[in-house]
Amino acid sequence: MEIIVASTIGVLTAGGVYLLLRLRTFPVILGLALLSYAVNVFLFASGGLAIDQSPILARYGEASYTDPLPQALVLTAIVISFGMTAVLVMVGLGAYLEADSDRIDIDPEDEDENAGKDAQA
Amino acid sequence: MSHGGHLLLLIALLPFVGALLPGLMIRAGRTVCAFSTAVPTALALIMLLILAPAVLRGEVIQAEIEWLPQLGLSASFFLDGLGLLFAGMILGVGLLITLYARFYLSAEDPMGQFYTYLLLFQGAMLGIVLSDNILLLLIFWELTSLSSFLLIGYWKHLPEGRQGARMALAVTGAGGLAMIGGMLILGNIVGSYNLTDILQAGDQIRASEWYMPALILILLGAFTKSAQFPFHFWLPHAMAAPTPVSAYLHSATMVKAGVFLMARMWPVLAGTDAWFYIVTTTGLVTMVLGALIALFKDDLKALLAFSTVSHLGLLTMLLGFGTQAAAVAAVFHIINHLTFKAALFMTAGIIDHETHTRDIKRLGGLRHLMPITFLIGTVAALSMAGIPLFNGFLSKEMMLEEASHTYWAGSEWAVPVLATLGALLSVAYSFRFAVHVFLGPVRDDYPHKPHDPPFGMWAAPALLAVLVVIIGVAPFLAEGVVTAAANAVTGADLHPHLKIWHGVTPALWMSGIAVLGGAVLLILHRPLDRAWIAAPRPEAKAIFDRLVSASVALSRGITEWSHNGAISRYLAIFTVTAVALGWIAHSGGGLSAPTRGLLPVPPVIAVGWIMLIVATFLVVARHRQRFQALTVLGIIGLSISAGFAYLSAPDLALTQISVETVTIMLLLLALHFLPKTTPAESPLGLRLRDGAIALVAGGGVGALAYAFMLRDIETISDYHIANSYEGGGGTNVVNVILVDFRGYDTYGEIIVLGIAGFLIYALMHALLDGPAARRLKNTDYAQDRSRDRHPLMMVVVTRVLMPIAIVVGLYIFLRGHNEPGGGFVAGLVIAIALLMQYMASGFAWTQERKRIEYHTMIGLGVVIAGLTGAGAWLAGMPFLTSAYTYVHLPPIEEFELATAMLFDLGVFLTVLGAVMLMLYSLSRIARFAGETVNVDPMDYDPGEQRIAEAEAER
Repeated sequence: MEIIVASTIGVLTAGGVYLLLRLRTFPVILGLALLSYAVNVFLFASGGLAIDQSPILARYGEASYTDPLPQALVLTAIVISFGMTAVLVMVGLGAYLEADSDRIDIDPEDEDENAGKDAQA
Repeated sequence: MSHGGHLLLLIALLPFVGALLPGLMIRAGRTVCAFSTAVPTALALIMLLILAPAVLRGEVIQAEIEWLPQLGLSASFFLDGLGLLFAGMILGVGLLITLYARFYLSAEDPMGQFYTYLLLFQGAMLGIVLSDNILLLLIFWELTSLSSFLLIGYWKHLPEGRQGARMALAVTGAGGLAMIGGMLILGNIVGSYNLTDILQAGDQIRASEWYMPALILILLGAFTKSAQFPFHFWLPHAMAAPTPVSAYLHSATMVKAGVFLMARMWPVLAGTDAWFYIVTTTGLVTMVLGALIALFKDDLKALLAFSTVSHLGLLTMLLGFGTQAAAVAAVFHIINHLTFKAALFMTAGIIDHETHTRDIKRLGGLRHLMPITFLIGTVAALSMAGIPLFNGFLSKEMMLEEASHTYWAGSEWAVPVLATLGALLSVAYSFRFAVHVFLGPVRDDYPHKPHDPPFGMWAAPALLAVLVVIIGVAPFLAEGVVTAAANAVTGADLHPHLKIWHGVTPALWMSGIAVLGGAVLLILHRPLDRAWIAAPRPEAKAIFDRLVSASVALSRGITEWSHNGAISRYLAIFTVTAVALGWIAHSGGGLSAPTRGLLPVPPVIAVGWIMLIVATFLVVARHRQRFQALTVLGIIGLSISAGFAYLSAPDLALTQISVETVTIMLLLLALHFLPKTTPAESPLGLRLRDGAIALVAGGGVGALAYAFMLRDIETISDYHIANSYEGGGGTNVVNVILVDFRGYDTYGEIIVLGIAGFLIYALMHALLDGPAARRLKNTDYAQDRSRDRHPLMMVVVTRVLMPIAIVVGLYIFLRGHNEPGGGFVAGLVIAIALLMQYMASGFAWTQERKRIEYHTMIGLGVVIAGLTGAGAWLAGMPFLTSAYTYVHLPPIEEFELATAMLFDLGVFLTVLGAVMLMLYSLSRIARFAGETVNVDPMDYDPGEQRIAEAEAER
């Protein structure tokens, strides 16, 4: 099981990093989504894997439980990463609508133009 | 706190408090402004004098305020003989400079600023000499660099002033950084950052293997501050400052800080061969070189600057000797140098002020025109030359006496000869100052007709000149201070006797040679000067400038390579660095043996794993087809939530699945406005490079995760599990952690989420006000739209589902404390239910039926959560302490009421509000893009048609 989880984290990270290094906003957002999966699963796995040991206290008798703390941290992380993805989507969308291009690097010509404007200002 | 400790704290504080005054008082006039500067200084000086008798008796006055005890940093001060000497100099000269500057500065100069800077600098200097904690000392040390930067660059309109200030800051600041390292090493060796502790631990420090690095780093700090060769070049350039600044910083205070530090650290660092050779040699070279250059400088202030460099070298050399007698001589010379050099600087300022030039070659004959200035200047210059009956003579004799029996690398002659040469050159430039400026015939080509300045301007140098003579004639008067300071430096109990006549000693012969030789040199000055000007010599400023521009070019090269404006490059660098650091950590530390076994893999999970891996590959491979990639992304999210469910994390599974849904919806909405495909534009090489980076990063993270999972870790979760029910009143430990144990975190997180929601809303508004709005209006999105946008089936099903979804959400919310669920998941579930209405019947239709604004909902959520937390205060408990009770309401079974549930309600409202606000913002853009507004729930109403048909039949 550990190999499965570790390889999942590895593959998600690799895919996420590759897409993060693309030159358009949308693949970068996809890459970020993959990377957040990887990070969340990694954090979750840091508590150790367990099956049938949900951290819900049993009413009767003794029972063993998995580590609840990483779960609590990951739970909020999932929600927050949604918020961050949403902000990024909006920024990317705004940039595309303003510039009519969804490239993420600065066009050298644009930069020169801006530099000229700055100098004038 | 010892007796007088409060006074000591006040002394340290007064200049900083006083620095607030001049800037305000300048409105009341220049004299009032100067007066308001003098008052705090004078008060501090009076307090120092009150403490002085005890210190002269050998007591040490201490004061301490705990500041950051965890770091060993406390605001602790102490006053011993050395501190008293320096504090007295700083405050006394500060007072004189305040008076002098009142008359020196012209009406155009912003005087309030000047005095504010001056007091800041004075406070920083006082801090250095009074600190009992080396970390505090370092803070004050850097403060002197900063405040002297302001003072040197005071005339902002002069390029030389700005450059000089920058150079001084660069050199002394760099030295200060080195010194921080040295001081931290010292603190680590001793185990305490208290100076008094460190001073007791001399043997331990000298025996440590870290002694050499600490010594070199601390000396770098001291040498740069005290302008020792080869760092001497900043001092002459700092002369672009107004003369009061030069007189204060470069005679009495800032440059003496390095000397002070060497004297302060003398008991722990001195006494080794390394100390002797580094410090003595540097001092000796600086002394001779500084004096030589001073002789050929035509600018009065440059001459004095290099003479200061030379005298600082002399002091450094004396401290380097490492003997007690040399330490006494150094302390005595510090006092003497202060008196004559400050007087000389002020004299130079007066001459500059009156004649409008400082060029010695344009001066001469001023004796007749400025008799008072002549008297003061000559007395001070003769003292600098070391002529008997002036105080400079006494300490110079002591220096030569020490030099005469110092061996350097087995040579008996090296130090005495060079010391005599230094003294000889010193005599020559001192005579030149007096002779070439004041003597000779009166000229008729001064830039401005000179005469003596007003009393206020010559009062301060005159007082110093009187001191020069008094100490020179009756040196025993200074014995008390010198003894106290020398004892503080050496840590011994010395009783030096300062007297004029020591008999015919080697030192007297050396002195005689120096005076005669100096006089001869002055006579030969004209041909020598021509030779000097013709001779090639390295220009320190040019070297410094080249060094600076080289480092600027290097920095620019690195910056332009790594920050080229493409985020891909930053992320690539970042990823590679992170992996490399991980690799370094791994290869340095290794891995312990695994402590956990592997869990079995059931076939279903294996299938799910294969699905997930394939989906990830598909997302990467097909990412140019954006819709496809997005759809496949959903598979990954679902697989992961299934994995969570299997691996005992039901809460995570619920959250993941609902977040997945809203994320995909959000991305779909955004994709509506974005290009549907990504062009293939990266060259193969780039893709290979990125692929390699990605594989290395993925491999590294995977290996790390695998290693992590096979080892048990220490966890604090046992506490949470044990106390979840007893303390938090819930059996779902994850939920209790969220709303109770770590409620503060959760509170912060919902605030972040709320801010993200508002941010998106604000961005949307900014977009719709900008040029993007035009583009949106002019783009035709019609081909993307379905012809039946609000299909009947969907409308009906979502209507039916709505109450069910709300009940499910409510159920998940209520049971959250004990079973999987809670505010986060409930918020997301309700959000999805509402979103379905948007999708089914359109934006406007749903918007009309909305009763509460999402902004309000976010605010309400945060307020409810905050108030619940604050409610604990009423019960006298810390923020967010929860309470619970069991209530029995017939006919419902007994149930639990916990304040945590109220907190969870806040979470629920914020999550719901934020998610809805985000998607709402995106949908508003859609509406702006020309989407039609529907008033009816469906585009096509079958009922309407039937009615129409029935009407037609009738």
